[in-house]
Amino acid sequence: MTTQILIAGFGGQGVLFAGKFLAYKGLLEDKQLSWLPSYGPEMRGGTANCSVIISDEPVGSPIVSKPDVLVVMNLPSLDKYENDVVPGGKIFVDSTLIERKVERTDVDVYYIPATQLAIDIGAPTLANMIMTGKVIKETGVVSYDGIEQTLTKIISARKANLKDINFKALETGYNA
Amino acid sequence: MSEKVLMKGNEAIAEAAIRAGCLHYFGYPITPQTELAAYMAKRMPKIEGGVFLQAESEIAAINMVYGVSATGKRVMTSSSSPGVSLKQEGISYIAGSDLPALIVNVQRGGPGLGGIQPSQSDYFQATKGGGHGDYHLIVLTPASVQEMADLTGLAFELADKYRMPAMLLADGTMGQMMEPVELPETKPELIDKPWALTGTGMKREHNIVNSLYLVPEQLEKTNLERYERYKLVEENEVRYESFMMDDADVCVVAFGIAARVSKNAVVEARKQGIKAGLIRPITVWPFPKKALAKAAETCKAFVSVELSMGQMIEDINLAIKCSKPVSLCNRVGGMIPSPEEVLESIKKAAGGNE
Repeated sequence: MTTQILIAGFGGQGVLFAGKFLAYKGLLEDKQLSWLPSYGPEMRGGTANCSVIISDEPVGSPIVSKPDVLVVMNLPSLDKYENDVVPGGKIFVDSTLIERKVERTDVDVYYIPATQLAIDIGAPTLANMIMTGKVIKETGVVSYDGIEQTLTKIISARKANLKDINFKALETGYNA
Repeated sequence: MSEKVLMKGNEAIAEAAIRAGCLHYFGYPITPQTELAAYMAKRMPKIEGGVFLQAESEIAAINMVYGVSATGKRVMTSSSSPGVSLKQEGISYIAGSDLPALIVNVQRGGPGLGGIQPSQSDYFQATKGGGHGDYHLIVLTPASVQEMADLTGLAFELADKYRMPAMLLADGTMGQMMEPVELPETKPELIDKPWALTGTGMKREHNIVNSLYLVPEQLEKTNLERYERYKLVEENEVRYESFMMDDADVCVVAFGIAARVSKNAVVEARKQGIKAGLIRPITVWPFPKKALAKAAETCKAFVSVELSMGQMIEDINLAIKCSKPVSLCNRVGGMIPSPEEVLESIKKAAGGNE
């Protein structure tokens, strides 16, 4: 099975990190994968996205143009990518920041007030990980087991104090 | 076997270079290759004898490479398209002095300052010389982060073996993407370099590293000798991957990111009953001429998939002596063809000749 994921939002929301987390989790599960960021004149407040492919087979093109899973954390991203999702795909919407509903009727949609939930747990910058927790729950693209080890792997020793709060954010998203 | 780690292509090149015994890096930052220089800046000072130097320009950096290479040490520089253009004079001098070195080009769209998104439009520059004079580089084209690492080690080996500069011709996608990679062991096999400038110790004649020969007979001789070596490279060092070619009617030819996209298209074409295959040159100089000539015996048509206005397509036509139609499927300026676009070209190629 191959799952093509596109995560998009404003620069600074951690969309690249969310993708990196899924990629690392896939790596630790011995899956094939690729992670490709948008790069260039992006900056905090600009748009950013990343393509993540997790598969049981070698990954061909790392570019996701027709995502199975779309995660959007701002309105421009929903506007831009909504119609690219494959029929039967899944769209995850941060409903704190995106007021409108998804117009497609041939996809599963999950509205998560991720930014509000992040504020509620005292981690206002971790809406990305709340979204990621929900993605893991609803897609099973990677397993929820072992997410702590993945965090240990991905968060540098210098920032080790952030591990617990990231875990909490993932947990909150998973149970949202 | 070492553990697989997740790395950007740019970082994988840097780590693989260090593990290949390259302790000297000279460069100047440019998107989309900067992570390579940044990695070197971080790691080199922690390694005994390691040198990272951000030069004042690309021209300075390549001449520092020239200098270190003359001492027999493994050395490299990296840049992206406009920066590699600046390095061409130095590369010609390095080739003219018969020195090994690694130059990495993580290509972006051009010409001029162009853009910062991926491209393959420096193919001519890389494979046909680039600077002045008769010379070649060994040009390797990675199509995965694993190959970014593996081909880095190979490039150093081949450069040392044949005393010529090697180039890793990557693109922005390869540089920026992360994939699991198994890094090579830190046991570089270094060969003797009796020509190196290491000090005579008053025990031997001076070695001279030079590209200036004012006597035409001498200059001709060095050129002829160099081309004898190039002939060996062409005989021994051609590398390519063949995918679903056994019974292929349509042969897609692509390298780097274009090959990744093309592979998807070939698989889809097969699902739709079209016998497509892919030849992926891993060396674009030397070019896999024989493999293509052989494919031309049985294939009906070729499709060259490139992120350029059609550069490799000329080498394909030369390799198969224009015996079969070769069509071009391309996007430029930082755009990448989609698997659907490649599939469309495969369909046209398959149908057009029946």
